[in-house]
Amino acid sequence: MTLRAIGITVRFDQRLILDDVDLSVDDGEIVALLGPSGSGKSTLLRVIAGLLRSESGMIRWDEQDLTALPPHRRQIGLVFQDEQLFPHLDVAGNIGFGLRMAHVPRRRIAERTDELLHLVQLEGFGHRSIHELSGGEAKRVALARALAPSPRVLLLDEPLTGLDRELHDQLVVELAAILRSVGTTAVHVTHDVDEAKAMADRVLTMADLCRERPSA
Amino acid sequence: MDEDRSAIGSVVGPVSPATASEAKAADTEAAAITRSQRHAATLWIAVVPTIFLAVFFGWPLVTMLHRGLAWSAFSSVLGDSGIRSVVWFTAWQAVVSTVATVVLGVWPAYVLARYRFTGRRVLGALLAVPFVLPTVVVGLAFLALLPDTWRRSVPAILVAHVWMNVAVIVRTVGSFVSQLDPGLEDAAATLGASRWKTLRHVVLPLAKGAILGSAAIVFLFCFTSFGIVRILGGPAHPTLEVEIWRRTTQSLDLSTAAALSVIQLVLILGALSIWTWRQRRAANGPVSMRTKTAFRTASSPAESLAVAVTAVVAAAFVLVPVGRLVAQSMQSSRPGNPLAAWQAIVHSDLGASLWASARIAAGAVLVATVMGALASIAIAGNPRAGALLDAGLMLPLGTSAVTIGFGLLITFDHSPIDLRGSWVMLPLGHALVAAPFVVRAVLPTLRGIDPDLRHAASTLGAGPWQVWRNVDLPVLRRALIVGAGFAAAISLGEFGASSFLARSGTETVPLAIARLLGRPSKLNLAEASALATVLMVVIVVILLVLDRQPGAMGQSDFHRRRARPSRLAGTERSR
Amino acid sequence: MKHRTPLLLAAIVVLAACGSSSSRSTSSATTTAVAVTTPGSTLTGSSAPSVAAGSVTLKLLSYDAYVLPDSIKQFTAATGIGVEFVKAGADAGTLVNSAILTAGKPQGDVLFGIDNTLLSRGVTSKGLFIPYLSKESANLDQRATALVPGHEVTPIDTSDVCVNIDTAYFTAKGLTPPATFDDLVKPEYKGMLVVENPGTSSTGLAFMLATVAKYGLDGFAAYWKQLRGNGVVAVDSWDDAYFNEFSQGGSGGKLPIVVSYATSPPYPLVTGDEPRPTVPTTANLPDTCFRQIEFAGILDGSKHVAEDQQLIDFLAGRPYQESLPLSNFVYPIRADATVPDVFTKYATLSPKPWSVSPGDIAKNRDAWIETWTKTVLR
Repeated sequence: MTLRAIGITVRFDQRLILDDVDLSVDDGEIVALLGPSGSGKSTLLRVIAGLLRSESGMIRWDEQDLTALPPHRRQIGLVFQDEQLFPHLDVAGNIGFGLRMAHVPRRRIAERTDELLHLVQLEGFGHRSIHELSGGEAKRVALARALAPSPRVLLLDEPLTGLDRELHDQLVVELAAILRSVGTTAVHVTHDVDEAKAMADRVLTMADLCRERPSA
Repeated sequence: MDEDRSAIGSVVGPVSPATASEAKAADTEAAAITRSQRHAATLWIAVVPTIFLAVFFGWPLVTMLHRGLAWSAFSSVLGDSGIRSVVWFTAWQAVVSTVATVVLGVWPAYVLARYRFTGRRVLGALLAVPFVLPTVVVGLAFLALLPDTWRRSVPAILVAHVWMNVAVIVRTVGSFVSQLDPGLEDAAATLGASRWKTLRHVVLPLAKGAILGSAAIVFLFCFTSFGIVRILGGPAHPTLEVEIWRRTTQSLDLSTAAALSVIQLVLILGALSIWTWRQRRAANGPVSMRTKTAFRTASSPAESLAVAVTAVVAAAFVLVPVGRLVAQSMQSSRPGNPLAAWQAIVHSDLGASLWASARIAAGAVLVATVMGALASIAIAGNPRAGALLDAGLMLPLGTSAVTIGFGLLITFDHSPIDLRGSWVMLPLGHALVAAPFVVRAVLPTLRGIDPDLRHAASTLGAGPWQVWRNVDLPVLRRALIVGAGFAAAISLGEFGASSFLARSGTETVPLAIARLLGRPSKLNLAEASALATVLMVVIVVILLVLDRQPGAMGQSDFHRRRARPSRLAGTERSR
Repeated sequence: MKHRTPLLLAAIVVLAACGSSSSRSTSSATTTAVAVTTPGSTLTGSSAPSVAAGSVTLKLLSYDAYVLPDSIKQFTAATGIGVEFVKAGADAGTLVNSAILTAGKPQGDVLFGIDNTLLSRGVTSKGLFIPYLSKESANLDQRATALVPGHEVTPIDTSDVCVNIDTAYFTAKGLTPPATFDDLVKPEYKGMLVVENPGTSSTGLAFMLATVAKYGLDGFAAYWKQLRGNGVVAVDSWDDAYFNEFSQGGSGGKLPIVVSYATSPPYPLVTGDEPRPTVPTTANLPDTCFRQIEFAGILDGSKHVAEDQQLIDFLAGRPYQESLPLSNFVYPIRADATVPDVFTKYATLSPKPWSVSPGDIAKNRDAWIETWTKTVLR
């Protein structure tokens, strides 16, 4: 089972952000996408997730063409740079959101939520308000939430940026372990070379993906 | 680019101390200091709108009640079964109208706030047109359109109420939603929520404050509805407002009128306290508010269709009665000249009327916006005392116009404040009714601003005023504009309280319309319709101008760096 | 854009303040020099000419629909006293009641528009008017002056509230139009009549009082029951009845019989755009008319009583009286005033109108309205 992005081209206001970009990720593989700010990494992720439409090209999961599918039907998870936790739900509510949307029975949702809280080492945090979380805790909840509905692919958009060194290094290790243990296919975007090397099976730069250099 | 972030967010750079817990401790302390500073400052701010309310509403109200109140009247009023059924009818038609308006308005509010399509802004302005029309004109148009069996019936009242008030929901909720971080909706989509589910599970819960606030306003309007009830409901369906008006102006039965006013006030206060209680429970804490709207594009043909259908239906809903009015303005006694009425109004000093309406509206908008903004700050900064001010500001909406009008009349007729015949009374009266709108538009947005943003600014050396100017104001500008738009629409179309205040000189447009309708001829009807059309065009133009997205932010020290993003500011790089 | 909007608003308000100070009404407390300007008051019918320094401007209070005729200029020219029309109510009821509420500290000097249905309330209300026996009193209809033995107010004009019919409709259908109250309950006119709620409309009140006068206290409820059985439509206000329901109202109404004024038929003949119709399409029914008389009085608290008396005399004088029909669509109360042809042809006052004494009205009005409501609406 392969995720393939083929020939993605995106333009904003005349500026070419992505120019005929290809990406291929195998099942269970963790790919790191490296590149400086403005190189289009986040844009590519959004296209894959379905949040942005590309001018041309397609997204495929094996033989299935996802290009025309709206984001809520692609089963592709995204961990946002700024977490985007739902303020009106508590931690458990956030984590269980995807399962609720899939009409999973309540008991099963509770079980799964506990599983994930354990996985990200936040046992007992279920009833906490998201406003009370520290930076690292919030990132973990965001990860748990994205993992809960068992997505085909997990996209991570610079998830560990903005944390202090100690916390950052600690979370890199944890994140790598979690992703490996769950076995999800993942695309991890970052500008930190060490982080990329620590997390991923394969490290790519934006230049590697392009047939031509994008004009930033 | 629409994806630009709140500028203050870009300020927060790598200033965090060594460990996470130390960071939290420092934050909390700074937060506490800022919070208490804010409390003190905002409490002072509350003084101004409180005085405004007390002097121009409280005092006249008490004077009027004092004139008429007789305890004997209460028992006879409460014992009268006719009155009891009037009270019951007033309450339930208001509830049903409000629920219908909210249900029908929420989806168009979202569509207009989030999707970009041709004519979006015009449609948004058009939806406010029903709001500005004097009710007598609305009645005329609806009677002509409704099937005969609906004439003088309750369904006609309900339909007209929805028609006139849906703008409140659409614009208030829309304003809030348009500034909501679309990242939340994106997150929901990646978690498997369709557009509809996102609306239900993410957007609406977050917009609860805006929804409840606008619903409260609609309820108050429907509860005190006068013109619509009289024309579309007829003599068989009076409400409390009609009864109070009748006894005050026609039969001079002040004791019954006062008793009814008190009953009305009690019911309103009851409704407002339920509402305040629900508001408190609905508070979600800060959400990410942006200064610019982020639009989205439909991700499926079904979605595009839904948006298109909504837009078309909303447009038709507004335009059909409006079209009737315009058609009416082209009928006159002479078949060959459809513009006869238009020529007539231009000759009879339409300009002077418009100018009169405009200056009164400008005054009303200024007072209402300032009072509303100040009140919002005070209310947001002091939850308990603020709730009192909030409810107090809503009271004029729930008070009979005749009580306000006459109250102003008999209170300010001697020194130190002798406003007899002064033009000042009109904008003041209008501002009383418009200020709560400003609060309803501004407050949810104000409450939604992440206090961390303010903390961040203050740790960078900003005093309370600078925090306000650089953090709150940019986000609030849009809400203030929505509030100002409402205030303008209310003032331009206001007829009730104005008609009880003595006026000399040029009359405002609604009063001119009423005067024309006092004379029996097709030409006068056509002229009245033409004037109403002018009113509609004016409000659409005003709203279109106001609705323009704010331009690029002004330069200031805070906006210089584009730093790395952080959780505090809810920023995201655009690439 | 950031600061433009508030600045724009502030600018408008400043301009407005400047603009309005020239049109601000003068307080009647000052007797110093005053310029009378009412910009754009062509909408109200006339603008008084500028007054010489040292003289007075009187504030004439009336209801919104009142039109200050051009003849008022003669008054100012002759006496040097200015007159400013101040709107103080949407209808006569509001006008009088707000005057009562502000008794002693009135909003103007002279009030015009108190009619016979409100007479008792206004006259017996202590301290509302300063009595004055006008110099012209002998020239006015004595039946009207007899209503006010204490001379608190002076009668100025009169009109009738009558049933109006759409003559074109009846001609087209080949039906004989109704002529009397009794006709209105006949089955051939079922569902054709629209009346106004007497509790909310002075027109409706006048019509109801006419039925009280004709059928008596016990009989009028039975009459209304019959009307109800004959499909009478009740609406809340005169403009609703005329514009929305009356077939000649211009808004698609279907009912050919409406309670309106004796002077409604000639209205389109004298106003509106050219060419005007020469024959009206509506007519009034003289047997169904209730006499209305409007009065003017000097408000207690006015600081210019002598000038007010001069104004009252002018209002009762020939020039003003003769300008009334074409400006306000009412008849002069003065016996020797001439009336335009179009009125004598199409808007005759009833020779035998119905009436009820002001005292009886004051005593029983609420009870009668209650009876009407029960009979017609419930």
